[in-house]
Amino acid sequence: MTKKSILAIIFAAVLVFSLFSCSDEGEDGGNNFNGKVVTLNVYNWGEYISDGFEGALDSNAAFEEYFNTTLAEKYGFRVEVNYTTYATNEDMYSKIKNGGGSFDVIVPSDYMIEKMINEDMLLEFNPEELPNFVNIDDAFKGEGAVYDPGNRHSVPYTYGMLGVIYNEALVDKEDYADGSWALLWNQKYKGKILQFNNPRDAFGSAMYFLNLDVNSNSLDVWTAARNKLAEQKPLVQGYVNDEIFNKMTTASAAVAPYFAGDFLIMASQNDDLSFYYPKEGTNYFVDAMCIPKTAKNPDIAKEYINFMLSEEAAVANALYVGYASPNKVVVESEDYREGMAELHEDWYEILYGVSPAEANVNYSYSPIYKSFTPEIQSHVNTLWESLKTENSTELWVHIASITIIVAVVALASYSVFIKKKRSRHYRMRDREIAKARAGLKK
Amino acid sequence: MKKKHSIMRSIAAAPHVFWSILFIILPLIIVVYYAFTDSEGSFSFENILSLADYAPIFALSLELSVIATFICLIIGYPMAYIIAKAKPERQKLYIMLLMLPMWTNLLIRTYSIMAILDDGGFLNSLLNTSLHIVGTKGAVIFGMVYDFLPYMVLPIYTCVSKIDKNMWEAASDLGCKPVQVMTRVILPLSTSGIISGVTMVLVPSISTFYISQKLGGGTFELIGDTIERQFVTGALNTGAAISLVMMILILISLSVMNRFTDSDEGGIIV
Repeated sequence: MTKKSILAIIFAAVLVFSLFSCSDEGEDGGNNFNGKVVTLNVYNWGEYISDGFEGALDSNAAFEEYFNTTLAEKYGFRVEVNYTTYATNEDMYSKIKNGGGSFDVIVPSDYMIEKMINEDMLLEFNPEELPNFVNIDDAFKGEGAVYDPGNRHSVPYTYGMLGVIYNEALVDKEDYADGSWALLWNQKYKGKILQFNNPRDAFGSAMYFLNLDVNSNSLDVWTAARNKLAEQKPLVQGYVNDEIFNKMTTASAAVAPYFAGDFLIMASQNDDLSFYYPKEGTNYFVDAMCIPKTAKNPDIAKEYINFMLSEEAAVANALYVGYASPNKVVVESEDYREGMAELHEDWYEILYGVSPAEANVNYSYSPIYKSFTPEIQSHVNTLWESLKTENSTELWVHIASITIIVAVVALASYSVFIKKKRSRHYRMRDREIAKARAGLKK
Repeated sequence: MKKKHSIMRSIAAAPHVFWSILFIILPLIIVVYYAFTDSEGSFSFENILSLADYAPIFALSLELSVIATFICLIIGYPMAYIIAKAKPERQKLYIMLLMLPMWTNLLIRTYSIMAILDDGGFLNSLLNTSLHIVGTKGAVIFGMVYDFLPYMVLPIYTCVSKIDKNMWEAASDLGCKPVQVMTRVILPLSTSGIISGVTMVLVPSISTFYISQKLGGGTFELIGDTIERQFVTGALNTGAAISLVMMILILISLSVMNRFTDSDEGGIIV
């Protein structure tokens, strides 16, 4: 046996042993319950739970502790939270739909909950079973949860509304005083306006402005919204998403539509920023905790959801996330009030002062997004592309690129021509030499 | 004995074959499958036919990446040449300096450029100006050049440093002026480096989506953005069709370029 293979075997042995010793450790801690540890898979948005940063509560660790000290005996095992995150509803949806992992708790948005209910992907349960469900504000229960009437599949986690953020130092008072979407279409701020870089929210802003149904099944309605966006395009500095934070806080842009919770964070970095809910109506979203049908531990998932509704966890999460909380206990909490006041003095007015219903009194349709039919989805995609390609080329780009292509082709064909000429020359010379040799032989 | 050898060989190759099938062939088959089916899964040419709508986006992507590749070549060739002609210990340093930015993630570099060039960004506050750079085609080209320049320099450097130093002397002895040595000897000898450099810059710049999203300000789209959005919004079939056409276009242009290298090398011998 060579030295190398001995080493390899030693390494392999060490690896195997370390694996065993890992699982041993897990079992040692739980010797009260025959060492059984159950993993609870939680799948949430990124940056969407208090993680223990700067002395705040680490919600997941707190749940583990709570469960392992008070509930472990009842269930006969300890629990370990495996927390993973996603960036979009669609990522989460496709992962679960395609069997890319088994999760016990997920936090989709309203329209995605509706879609998953329709596709029979969510577990039905009675939220009243959860002792802490009483903490949820009645406005989000029963018919209030339009995406899931009666909360048979979901428990609200956060909610929020879309508004217009503007920089007081750069926008004149008469332009923002009436609190309208029109500010995003104001010629005066050409090159200083931002718009969402995703079709749903961008079309949404135009549709609330024009009082069109954001869930319309009519192609014409969407085309009308697209034309409104095309009207705005020359004024827009950029179609952006998370870059809004950077661009608004550095005053690169003056006006942008974004969510109230995020505005509070931006405002804590730039005092000039202000916010209003447009009078024509605006989007209202709810993200809620659900249990997929494929969950392996639905009972533990319910304990987890119940724990997140408790004052301790809900306050920490609401402070960390910054969005409005549907939990009554949170808004009454002193810790929460103090923490939010550090972000912005008008935090209460902004997050809770206007209810979704009040913000949408002038809007004739449901302000909540619903999931698209495939036909509308592809139509919206096409419209969005046509918006992006409209007047998107400049003359110098054509001239420069065509010049380069022509030059390269000319150079290449010239070199091919030269080579052909050269090789013909050599071939003829060879032939002449051969002829001469033949002549000599004769 | 011989048979044993071939068994050993196929065992050694097995992981690679497995890898290629799992991560190259299989995904390709999936792309082709989606490109030729509709959302219900039945055979359809509709996705491919609908691509005519995307022609302007294809054209813009091609134009911007051609310009970026050309600029990379203009900057990269002299750079590679100078590095290759430097003292060996210096060469290592220069190459390291060239590679240094690549140790930082491409997304972070692009985001930083956006923060620097933005309307209220570092550059404008430093110069106290209000230049509008982010959101223009120029910014996207700049981003492509900045991000992909090392891919142009490295192959050319490898190629130039392999050229025998005596070539230069031989050419001068036979009566070439320095400029002629460059154009008739060194440049043709480094064609293969140029071609692979061009390929390595052109292909990622055509299909980039992050650079155009951040530095282009989203006011126009490149084909990479379009493909990304198709997949994000769940329009897998159209996305697959665009990707397929992209692959075929790149394949065609690569094979055309490769023909030039072959004939060029033949030309050098003559």
